[in-house]
This record gives sequence, structure tokens and C-alpha cells, in this order.
Amino acid sequence: METARRQWIYAWLMLSPAMVLLITFTHYPAVQTIVNSFYSTPRGRRKAVWIGLDNYQTLLLDDVFWKVLANNFWYAVWTIPLSIILSLAMALWVNDKLRGRGFLRMAYFTPTVLPLIAVANIWLFFYTPGFGLIDQIRGLFGLPEQNWMGSPDTALYSMIAVAVWKEAGFFMIFYLAALQTIPPSLREAADIEGASRWYYFRRVLFPLLMPTTLFVSINAVINSFRLVDHIFVMTEGGPNNASSLLLFYIYEVAFDYWDTAYAATLTVVMIAVLILLAIGQFFLFDRRVHYK
Amino acid sequence: MFANLLKTASAAAIATVATAHMSFAVDLEFYFPVAVGGAAADTIEQLTAEYSEANPDVNITAIYAGSYSDAGQKALTAARGGNPPQLSVLLSTQMFALIDEDVIVPFDDYLSDEEKADWIGGFYPSFMENSQTGGNTYGIPFQRSTPVLYWNKEAFKAAGLDPETAPANWDEMVEMGKALTLKDDSGNVTQWGVRIPSAGFPYWLFQGLSTPAGAILANSDGNKVNFNDPKVVEALEYLVALSKEHGVMQPGSIEWGPTPKAFFEGETAMMWTTTGNLTNVRNNAPFDFGVAMLPAKERRGAPTGGGNFYLFKDSTDEQKDAAVDFVQWITAPEQAATWSIATGYIAPRAEAWETEKMKAYTADFPPALVARDQLEFAVAELSTFENGKVTQAFNDALAAAIAGEMSAKEALDEAQAKAERILKPYQ
Repeated sequence: METARRQWIYAWLMLSPAMVLLITFTHYPAVQTIVNSFYSTPRGRRKAVWIGLDNYQTLLLDDVFWKVLANNFWYAVWTIPLSIILSLAMALWVNDKLRGRGFLRMAYFTPTVLPLIAVANIWLFFYTPGFGLIDQIRGLFGLPEQNWMGSPDTALYSMIAVAVWKEAGFFMIFYLAALQTIPPSLREAADIEGASRWYYFRRVLFPLLMPTTLFVSINAVINSFRLVDHIFVMTEGGPNNASSLLLFYIYEVAFDYWDTAYAATLTVVMIAVLILLAIGQFFLFDRRVHYK
Repeated sequence: MFANLLKTASAAAIATVATAHMSFAVDLEFYFPVAVGGAAADTIEQLTAEYSEANPDVNITAIYAGSYSDAGQKALTAARGGNPPQLSVLLSTQMFALIDEDVIVPFDDYLSDEEKADWIGGFYPSFMENSQTGGNTYGIPFQRSTPVLYWNKEAFKAAGLDPETAPANWDEMVEMGKALTLKDDSGNVTQWGVRIPSAGFPYWLFQGLSTPAGAILANSDGNKVNFNDPKVVEALEYLVALSKEHGVMQPGSIEWGPTPKAFFEGETAMMWTTTGNLTNVRNNAPFDFGVAMLPAKERRGAPTGGGNFYLFKDSTDEQKDAAVDFVQWITAPEQAATWSIATGYIAPRAEAWETEKMKAYTADFPPALVARDQLEFAVAELSTFENGKVTQAFNDALAAAIAGEMSAKEALDEAQAKAERILKPYQ
């Protein structure tokens, strides 16, 4: 009896440092956000009042919200598979024995080391119509100049390209690490059996990389909501919200418009979406992942 | 005897307290943003140091707070946390938001009637449009600008135009623009006629079109807008036509950042941008250039822009008095002239232009006078309650029309409806 109680106290004491931090910086703000979404925005001259679901009603009628949600969907649909396929391809290539391998690995990893703001400034120069790098190259072939960031048709895809460029190198590192742990005997056995390279990849390598793919894809999903820094530098969500994403819109509402209650409402939606995606991924993928 | 002694003692004590009080310096914090870079931050620090030297009883700390929007966020966050700066330079368009948050006080309470008449009355009236509401003065113009047209005289000469004459009206701008737009053999444009940057916040330069067209976008109480006035539609149709119909401007939305560079590199023969770039262009343009007022339609017209001094509420009366004194000092002719010459911002009072320094500067560099002369035709920059949202609705409409997603009329009708919804609680 006495020992059992002492064990409880121990357990709580051991847990408390982590719990205090988690509750103060994660759980309390999350709960507060949900509470705030049911109140009006406090202004100096007017206190916050309970308005129930009014903010959610505004949200349903807010065409900018639906637009950024759709943008975010397309942003995810393109960046996740593209960055995963690209990173896997790069990892397979630099895993082979070839000359200048160290240099290649470094080159692929560089975008990850650079801060996204710096990356955005580099790409700003690439995209600039007229004297930007891309247009200078197009000019050599006599193609007309193209306003990549300034046209609603291409603005979002310009942002997607930057995100993929930034992410692929980071994911490559995980694939590379996973590839190094795969014993060469599997490859030799496959060669003896006469399996083609593609068959070996499809039936041996890829299934063995599945835990890494799960990890990378969860990261990619989170990043597709999180990576918005370059939008601040490059397009500020424009033109006409064509390149605005959910997190960017939340920032705009909270710190440009100072409508904190509505920003809280948008945050609740974003958290809900992220939770759903995470649950879905674990249930869907987990069955197909073979851990050793 | 004893009573006398006591009296003397207390008198001495009071005297000590009084002197001690005198030597108590007033601490002031002052946030300032830098929008165009260059000499602005250095000049502010130099001026502040000069003031501190002359007024040892005031400790003034000038804090660089980033861009305009960063500075606005920092000041508001600090004010909400109960620890605001006593003084800050923030966008003139934030006046209604700051009033709504109840964090600023009018300058009037800390000025005598005489000062109100002479000092407040001495600023250019077009700058005061964004600084006063409901009969009170909440902002003191400081870092103020207005857009002007810069033109490349060499490109004008090469196109067979008079290099000394800028377009005076809308039709001339199109005509000259056509002469100035050059194409290579494969039909790609190598030099555009004109560049009006529109990315991010198109509304500001657009006011350089809507004002000449004869429209005023918002009322002075900041609770009504006029976005779908036929004159505003006309102005937007003209802006769209510059690219779509006349082919004298790059299509799509145009970035602000690379605009001066595009001008220097001959990518465009004319550009519209703030006078805050004047010193930059003077130092970096590899050709002879001119500066002109924006072209006219029904009338001449342009918005003003930039930052005002605001006085924050949460501070002692001594601090507020000292803050007002500092603002009076830094907007006085000599200081305003130094500031204006270093940055290209417009000295906000006529007296500053009468100083020897300023006369020497404008004699050497007459383009500096263009912006000041344009003030006569200038109007308030778009500013309302819930300014961020209302302006964004307008920006979105402009962007949609520029991109060709909607007609000017449709887009502006939609913006007007949105703005009316947002402003309803303030009417």
C-alpha cells in the first residue's frame, strides 16, 4: 500500500517537468484558441463577448478561406509526391559508387541548410520577369517573358516549385540513411536470381524503405501546411490570393487585420485538418509498413 | 524658534526633493520603421542623439522596429501587453485601427491653443487628411511621401520624344508609352513604356489614377468607402488597358522591389514609385532622368503615403510632454530639412523648404521640388476602420481585374459589398 503510493508520487514527479512544458506551451494555448473562437475580437474600446458560432458562420461565407483551403490542397497534392519521388531518386543515385559523390550529396543537401527566407530571395531573382534567370534562359530560345509570380495561373505553382526544391534534399538524407542499412547480400541474391533492377527496386528495396516513406510522408504533409515563409517574401499571397495558404492567411488575419478571434477560428480548422490527416496516415499506411 | 527651525528644515527638504525631481530624467522609447532602407536609420539615430545632447533631462531611445508592418505589430503587441513605447512612427493609415484599440491619444491635449494654430496649422493640409479625425490630431506627419513619375531621358530621346517633357495626362502617357515600347526581332519586348508596380498593395499607386479620375475612396470618418464609383471603374479600366489594350506595360501584377532596378537596367522607360526612392535613383541611375507629377485626367492627383508620429496612451504626463517636445523639435525646419535631404521624404512643413540647406539642395537637384508641388493636388491615402481587411478587399479586386479574372466593374462591386459588410459596426 505504502510502496504503491510512493510509486505514484515518483511517477508524477518524473512526468511533471515535461508535463508543465507541454501544458503551458501546447495544451493551454490550444484550448484557449478553441475558447477564443467562440468570442468576438476584443478591441481597446470593446471587450470580447460570447458570440457562439458566429465566427464559424463567417468562415463558411468567407470566399478567401475557401480559396486558401483549395490552394493548400493543391499545394499538398503537388509538393508531397513530388518531393518524395525526387528525394528517393536523388538518394538512389548518390548511393551508388560514382565519382564526385560527396560533392553531389552536398549539392543536393544545400537547399535544406539555407533558411527558407534566403531561398525565397534567390528564387525571387529566378522568377523576375525580363531580367530574371528563367526569363534570360527563355530569351535564348526566343521565348517571350513570363510573369511567373504575378499571374494567378502560375503563382501557386511557382511557390510549389520552391517548396519541392527546398524539401527534397532534406528527405533525401533519410532515404540515404535507410539505403545504407540494407544489406548488399539482398542485391547479390537478386542478381543471381536474374531479377531486373526495376523488379529489385519494386519488390525488395521499396518495401524495405516503407518505414522511411511513412516518416517522410508525414513530414511532407505537415510541411505542406507549415512551409509558408517564402510566400511572405515572394508574393504576399497575391495576386488576388492565388498563392495564399491557410497558415499565411491565419497570419494575415491575426497580425495584419488584428482580428484575433477569427484567426483563432481558422486555427481550429487547421488543427482539425492536421489531426484528421495524421490519423488517416497512421491507419492507412501502418498496415503496409514492415518494421524489422 | 523650534517652529522656525522646522520650517527651514522642511523648506530645505522640499528644495532637495525639487532638485532631485529636476535631475530625474524622463525616459522615452520611440519606435521607428524603415521602409526604403539607406540613410533613414542613421539619420534618425543622429537626430535623436543631437536632441539628447541639447536636452540632458530626456533619455530618448530610438528603436529600429523593422518594416512598417513589423513596427505596427510590435507597437500594438507592446501596447496590449501594457508596455508600449511612448512615441512611434507608424503608417498614417493605421490611425483608425490605433484609435479602435484605444492605445493612442490626440496631440491636442498637450498643446497650447497657440501651438495648435501655429504648429499643427503649419503642416501641409494634404498630410493632415490622414492625421486628423473627429476634430482631433492623432498623427504628426514625418516620414511622408507621395508617388511620382520617373522617366529616362535617354530612352525618350532615342524614341524621338522630347527628353525634357513627361506625359501630362493619361492619353499622352499611352501615346508616349507606345513610342517607348521596344521589341526585338522575335517580337519580345525589350523595353516597356511604363511600369506601375501592383504586387502586394496595388491600392496606393492606383490612387494615383482614381484621384485624377475624380474619385475619393473613403470618407474622413473612416467608415464609408466608395469603391464602385464609376470614376474608380474608369481608372481601373485604364490601368488594365495599359497592358491588355495598349501593350505599354508588362502584363500581370508587377513587383515593387525590382522596380528601381528595372528602371536602371532600361527594362522600362518610365516608372511610378514613391519619392522615398529619389535619393536611390539619383545615386544609381546610369542615365539622365526626370521626375514629374503623375499625369492628369479630370484633374491632377495622387495619394500621400508614409508614416506619422503617434503618441501612446499608457505613459505619464511628463513623458507625453517630453514626447510632444521631441516631435516639435524633429519636425522643426532645420531637422526636417536634414531628414528630407538624407532620405527623399517630403519635409512636411513649408518653413523647412525656406532653410538655406534646403534651398541649396533644391537648387542643385530641382526634382526634389516635384513631390512638394504635387502636395497641392494630393489626397489622403486609403484608410478606414478595420483598415487591413477593407484595403485587402480592395487590393483583391484590383488584382483580379489586373489578372483578367474579372471585369473592373464586377471586381469593384464585390469589393464594395465586402467593405460595407466589414464597416457596418462603425456606421
